[in-house]
Amino acid sequence: MAAPPLIATASQTIGPYWHLIEQPEMADLLRFGASGPAITVTGRITDGAGQPVTDAAVEIWQASPPVSDSFPAYGRCRTDADGRFSFRTLKPGPVPGLGNAQQAPHIAITILARGLLRGLTTRLYFRDEPLNDTDPVLSLIESPADRATLIAAPTGVDAWTLDIRLQGENETVFLDI
Amino acid sequence: MTVDGTGFRPLQPGTQPANDTPAYGSTRLRHPTRKPVRIPHSVTEATGPVLSPAHFPPMPDLSTVTGAPAMGERIIIRGRVMDEDGRPIPNTIVEIWQANAAGRYDHPGDTHDAPLDPHFHGEGRVFTDADGWYQFATIKPGAYPWGNHDNAWRPNHIHYSLFGTGFGQRLITQMYFPGDPLLPLDPIFLATPDAAARDRLIARFDLATTRPGWALGYRFDFVLRGRNATPMENR
Repeated sequence: MAAPPLIATASQTIGPYWHLIEQPEMADLLRFGASGPAITVTGRITDGAGQPVTDAAVEIWQASPPVSDSFPAYGRCRTDADGRFSFRTLKPGPVPGLGNAQQAPHIAITILARGLLRGLTTRLYFRDEPLNDTDPVLSLIESPADRATLIAAPTGVDAWTLDIRLQGENETVFLDI
Repeated sequence: MTVDGTGFRPLQPGTQPANDTPAYGSTRLRHPTRKPVRIPHSVTEATGPVLSPAHFPPMPDLSTVTGAPAMGERIIIRGRVMDEDGRPIPNTIVEIWQANAAGRYDHPGDTHDAPLDPHFHGEGRVFTDADGWYQFATIKPGAYPWGNHDNAWRPNHIHYSLFGTGFGQRLITQMYFPGDPLLPLDPIFLATPDAAARDRLIARFDLATTRPGWALGYRFDFVLRGRNATPMENR
């Protein structure tokens, strides 16, 4: 394949001062009045020493329900002093994958932070969804323990949590998208 | 929003920094040790958020946010947002943040002993026009010391965040200035292996962008990943 006429701009770290563009309300995807199955998605990010990552920008994006005037389908949240983030959003449904495959309900997550020259992307799936067993992305991850790093657990009514470990034991599986 | 199910082409080898970059100390405990799993693009990666001016009002002049001018050398930055096929990306948000002229961020985490400027905050936001052009005014950010290594200083730089048309095009980057003697010493700038890719992070002085009697001008273009030629699903 011929080289493209232009080459994508190099990524650089978001650094420790990205909060200058932070708007805390962006963590609430229901702020424009979206209706539907509301859920809370929380998690904690830790580094290779097990310490909380306290200056990250966590972004979520979901293709379902579709983006609309009342639902941005995108959110951004800072991690707190304990490395935790929290979003309010709508529970996604299945979306099409390649060919005739259906993808299990999922939310894309990108972690941006000081020390990350490129953002890290992963996905959040929901425990006990029947489609998880045949999801085309989860199926690319061979080990059940590795797959488990993408599967959020319920912590209450309509509340889900997924911890993200950047490095080391139980390191989260990140995706090259 | 583009919902054609078309994914993005892989990035060109060497043109992006690696997260495992020992010279940049903060990477040490934060870079994953395992190779990321390559996945085919689906609607999740091929489509993306649309941040509109209705929800995010433009802030195109960082140099005058209180009514009084900020301290420092006023500059205009202008350029185009395109994909790798040279197609302009219209109506897309460009988020901007930076240090003040003294090299200090208006951020509680920045403890550098340089003055804050009550007339400068360092946050901006613009949208590209129908042909992908953007422009904003600001002041030239100062260099500042950081704790990465002995006598480490960041070169003058402005931070950017872009979304493009799909989540797979998301870009966070930094723009540098021509002739900065700190560039060959900066591990963040140097983290990109390809020299030409690094040089594309440096704005160029552009007399045509200058506004006579008011501000010098610089040109800086962004290139986001190109789309695959053929749809990847439901053919």
